[in-house]
Amino acid sequence: MLELFRFKGGVKPASHKQESSGAAIQAAPLPPLLVVPFRQSATGAAAIQVQAGDTVLKGQVIGTAEGPFGTVVHAPTSGTVRAIEARPLPHPSGLAAPCAIIEPDGEERWIERTSLDPFTADAATLRERIRDAGIVGLGGAAFPSHVKARAAIETLVINGAECEPWITCDDRLMRERAADVVAGARILGRLMGAKRILFGIEDNKPEAADALRAVLTECEGASCQVVAVPTLYPAGGEKQLIRVLTGIEIPYGKLGPDFGVQCFNVGTAYAVARAVLHGEPLVSRIVTLAGNYGQPGNFEVLIGTPMDALLPLGQPGVDTDRIVMGGPMMGFPVPDLGVPVVKATNCLLAMSPALFPPPPPEMPCIRCGACTRACPMVLQPHELYWYSKSKNFGKSQEYHLFDCIECGCCAFVCPSRIPLVDYYRFAKSEIRAREREKAAADTARDRYEFRQFREEREKAEKAARLAAKAAETKAKLAQEEAAKSADAASAEPVKVGAGETAPQAGKAGTSSAPDKAALIAAAQARAAAKKAAAAEAADAAPSKEENA
Amino acid sequence: MHTSPHVLQPASVRSVMFRVLLALIPGIAAYVWFFGAAILVQLALASVTALAAEALMLRLRDKPVMLFLTDGSALVTAWLVALTFPPIAPWWLTVTGVLIAIIVVKHLYGGLGQNPFNPAMVAFCTMIVAYPQLMSQWPRAEFNALGPMLHAIFSGDRQLDALVMATPLDALRTVLRDPEQRATIAGILGSHASFGNIGGRGWEWIAAGYLLGGLWLIQQRIITWHVPVAFLVTLMVIATGFSMANPERFVGANFHLFTGGAMLGAFFIATDPVSGCTTPLGKLIFAAGAALLTWIIRSFGAYPDGMAFAILLMNLLVPLIDMNTQPKVFGHSGKPRGKE
Repeated sequence: MLELFRFKGGVKPASHKQESSGAAIQAAPLPPLLVVPFRQSATGAAAIQVQAGDTVLKGQVIGTAEGPFGTVVHAPTSGTVRAIEARPLPHPSGLAAPCAIIEPDGEERWIERTSLDPFTADAATLRERIRDAGIVGLGGAAFPSHVKARAAIETLVINGAECEPWITCDDRLMRERAADVVAGARILGRLMGAKRILFGIEDNKPEAADALRAVLTECEGASCQVVAVPTLYPAGGEKQLIRVLTGIEIPYGKLGPDFGVQCFNVGTAYAVARAVLHGEPLVSRIVTLAGNYGQPGNFEVLIGTPMDALLPLGQPGVDTDRIVMGGPMMGFPVPDLGVPVVKATNCLLAMSPALFPPPPPEMPCIRCGACTRACPMVLQPHELYWYSKSKNFGKSQEYHLFDCIECGCCAFVCPSRIPLVDYYRFAKSEIRAREREKAAADTARDRYEFRQFREEREKAEKAARLAAKAAETKAKLAQEEAAKSADAASAEPVKVGAGETAPQAGKAGTSSAPDKAALIAAAQARAAAKKAAAAEAADAAPSKEENA
Repeated sequence: MHTSPHVLQPASVRSVMFRVLLALIPGIAAYVWFFGAAILVQLALASVTALAAEALMLRLRDKPVMLFLTDGSALVTAWLVALTFPPIAPWWLTVTGVLIAIIVVKHLYGGLGQNPFNPAMVAFCTMIVAYPQLMSQWPRAEFNALGPMLHAIFSGDRQLDALVMATPLDALRTVLRDPEQRATIAGILGSHASFGNIGGRGWEWIAAGYLLGGLWLIQQRIITWHVPVAFLVTLMVIATGFSMANPERFVGANFHLFTGGAMLGAFFIATDPVSGCTTPLGKLIFAAGAALLTWIIRSFGAYPDGMAFAILLMNLLVPLIDMNTQPKVFGHSGKPRGKE
């Protein structure tokens, strides 16, 4: 029996899983139009490979990965690309980004699918397959999986905790498609050289755990175990689940592989199995419709299905006043129901004032400490609130603002009903904006300073060039003078003291003007050289000879 | 727009405050049993004054009056003032104490959640410094006739010899410091009418009532165990140690725990979240310091009970203690903040 660890804090909101966990996953019907964003991961974009009018097959690449963190984008079904245009995405800000508008032909014609044998294929090929299948973290973070799978680890954690209330998409997936979930986990485990694979599932989902155990045989070279973890929000947070299963605490700024552990969602493992074993890219996912619906349930939905085409399947109640993407603890209200389902869309929670009453008025903090007892990161939420509210961002960073995972436990328990997470988000974005501004100012200053240096240098070079030219002219003149006087000397008898008259001639007389010009030029050249030397001293201190 | 989390646990400042009031009921019941209904009159007087002062200040500060007036915090302050003042204190003493607590200590410092000092304790200390005589007139043990007490409260006639007796702490202090008396602690405890089985007569049962209510507050997760345990254990250890070393001069732990404001302080005053520490270690230090100071003031100070002064002195140290007792953040090494 695996020894489990505890994380501090956590809360127990009413789970509301039964409403949607009973019914089997249904395939959502094809919508009239699909809106497929070209930005499918948290980090990277894709290069658009289609144009309006193209016909595409289901699973055909329509955007190729850009950069190391980019992911490939596929047509979710066969049909015709109607347009490439910017559409709002499901993001709290409602940001618009380029999308392919695809009209399905209803035939669902696949591209040619080839399977890979995960036990003979080498790691690079497997990772390439994961990248080319467009697989990102399906737990909600949407980070490209092929990047995460690069590391070599001891322990692979498969996250089936699903700690957010109301959501049951992972539960249904594990119950109905356990074989592929386990197969995907084994592929990832082999890819990363994991010695053991731990499936962490909250103990309120015994059916899912049993389903996994039923298909679990000895994993290739690794021991596999399904572990029921205590139901305590946020046990499904990556850091918390790793802590519970392995005892390892991963601080802010560090990654799992630094400690020999990596974590993938069960949906991601399933997608990996589909991609490797069946050659199917990630073009659909399971979405829970829960909350204020007449027919809540789980649906297999094509990526790009507009939410307003999906929601009627659950028959939302007439008093539904907003739709939240994600769960009630961390989800955000969707600003526009025309936005598409994306890879991070695990749940569309319908809210009504009756089910989710608006929060009572905010009161002052009484420092009761309920938040500190609830915080799973062992932060001092009331201090962070205090410093964030007073815009003392230095202090809030000192109190580890960026360790906050925004799980919402503090606000959930706060008797003063303070929207604490809001304050932290505000402080974080302010700090990031200031850092960006500072970086921009630094760049501008550097550029200005370099421009000044360049202008000085060019001036000096010009002066040096002029001086050299003048010196050359002077030398030439002097030579000619010397030649002349030599001629004269040979023609006339030598005067006594001719050597003395020469310097006098230098001071006054016909040859004095060019002489003076040469002197000035020489002085200028020396000054210019000095300046240039001083300018170059930015990199290395000039030696005394150069200065002299 | 509402942002996450979209669900909230049922909790409110009001429910916190009213559960604190509820937890005071057993102690108040014992109070009425042993000393009559005068304390109820004082509680009512304090409550009305507190609500009026709160409403006035909220209006002056342009805050939503009903929202804050019904949060229960002013009532908690009022009740603590009434319970720490003598039950036969003249009415204006109670009223002035409450006005100081609500207007000066609470609202002039920014209202709910902003006061660095415990309002009820500032009221107590101000009054005991200003009116030491009036603040030391406690009713005779098991004197519970309401008429004479009401007379004492409202008439201004303070000829109370029949009514008043020194409190156990006061009696002990007076006798012990008088070299003429050559008294021993055992002798005093056995002879004096104000002493009961383990603490003051009657008072020990009131303290037991506070203990009961306080344990319920811990069970309700309104307060944590840190402050009461650290306070009571520290007081017990010091008192036991000194009493064993010099039984002639220092009284034992039972007496300290069950007389004066020790039990009320441990569960209801040192646990005030606004003016107390918030980190677990900080709470332990805060409460242990308060207990130590209480014992020192009781044993060597000029005032019979040092609880109020001890709490205020520790209130001063709260920012310092909190700053230096920050717990280890998830995944970080145990070094203190800002030094990593």
